[in-house]
Formats: sequence, C-alpha cells, structure tokens
Amino acid sequence: MSLRHPLARVRGLGSAKEGTGHWVAQRITAVALMPLAVWFLVCAFGLGSYADARAFLAQPLNAVLTAALVFCIFHHAQLGLQVVIEDYVHLRWLEIVLQVVVKFTAFLAGLASLLAIVRIVLGT
Amino acid sequence: MSSSPSGSKRPLSPFMIGPYYRPQLTSTLSILHRITGVALSAGALGFAWWLLATAAGPHQHVVFDNFIRSLPGTVLLLLVVFSLVYHWLNGLRHLLWDAGWGLEIPRAYATGWVVVALSGVLTAGIGWAMIATRGAA
Repeated sequence: MSLRHPLARVRGLGSAKEGTGHWVAQRITAVALMPLAVWFLVCAFGLGSYADARAFLAQPLNAVLTAALVFCIFHHAQLGLQVVIEDYVHLRWLEIVLQVVVKFTAFLAGLASLLAIVRIVLGT
Repeated sequence: MSSSPSGSKRPLSPFMIGPYYRPQLTSTLSILHRITGVALSAGALGFAWWLLATAAGPHQHVVFDNFIRSLPGTVLLLLVVFSLVYHWLNGLRHLLWDAGWGLEIPRAYATGWVVVALSGVLTAGIGWAMIATRGAA
C-alpha cells in the first residue's frame, strides 16, 4: 500500500502501466527481423532489375516473407522512434505533433507497401 | 516532460554524454544504436518506395533505379547498409543483455569491440559486393 495521496500520484505523472507491452513488442519484432533482414539482404543481390524484382515478389513464399518483413520493420521503427522522441523532444506541442506524424507515416508506408506486394502477386 | 502539472521537474533518461561524462565505448555505441535506428527508419521509406515503384511498373521502377545508382543514392544506400549491419549486431548484443548474458563490464566492452570490428568488415564486404554485382548503370 502506498502512503502517497492519490492526487499526488496523479500530479506526479507516474507509471501508466503500459510500458511492458511496448518493451515486449519491440523485442519480439527485433527477434523476427534478425532472420528476415539477413534473408532479404541475401536475396537483394539478385533484385537489380525490374523483371527480377517482379519475378521474386510474385513467388508466394517470397511475398509472405517480404510482407512479414514490412510489418516488422514499420512496427519496430515506430516503437523505437516513439522512445527517441520521448527522450529528446522537450517542447510539448512539438513532441505530440512528431509522435502523431511518426505513427501516421509508419502506418501509411507499411499499408502502401503491403498493398504493393498484393498487386505484384496478383499481377496487376 | 517539460513540466508536470505539479510543477516538479524530474529528469527522465538524462543525456549524459558531453558535459557530464567523457565518451566511453559503451555510451558511444548506445547512442549510435539510436542514430542508426533513426537512419533505418528513413531507409524503410526507401524500401517502401522500391516496393511501390516495382508494383507501379517499369517506368516508375526506372526512376528508383536511376536514383539508387546515382552517387547520392549510392552514398545513402551504403549508409543504410552500415546502419543495418551495426543495428543488427548491436541489437543482438541488446537481446543477449535482456536474457541476462554479458552485463559484466569487461564482457560489455568485449562484445562492444566485436560489434565495432564486425560492423566495419561486414559493411565493407556487403558494400563492395553490392557495387560489384549491380554492374554499370
């Protein structure tokens, strides 16, 4: 039991009790990205031309793994950028604007990338 | 965290490199992990551009291709390759710490130097292989 008055705790802006989920998600995406990044880097050597890139992404296994790579990249990136902004941007309004811009950009870029993969698989 | 409603100013993750501490290997690698993470976030947008250009067709793909083969594009690509190699290796170091391994000071320094050495070797190797295999523009 805490001896602090509840109002004192609220004004002190204590723990929101949401940090663990962020921490775990950052590490799970990190573990997933380790093999995915190596796999894509190795494959990237054969993806110099437009035809090679289309043929590669049209393969179902490559498409699924690339989609997983896209999801993990943008999820991991926005989790990390969130903490960087929290730590270094001390102007409150700018911090909030940057946090929202990062979330929107990561979501839109990730969504557009996934739809691009779907378009290539479907051959449209 | 500029000021809480109660007016108290409690430091959160104070930035200690510079006026308070001399740079050490451990703190330098720590901030480099964040810098390369931010760089890779920008690189992720480049990756998205490549996917969108490939889906859009040959005319859009050649715009990406011309950029990535240009001098500024090549420099940016090499910076992303270095960031990826470093962030991958140092990220593995972080995951091992999270598992409780390697937190002793001598081991933290030893793994730090391994990351520095491997980052240099792998970035040079991958960078050379990329430029050698992609041929003339």
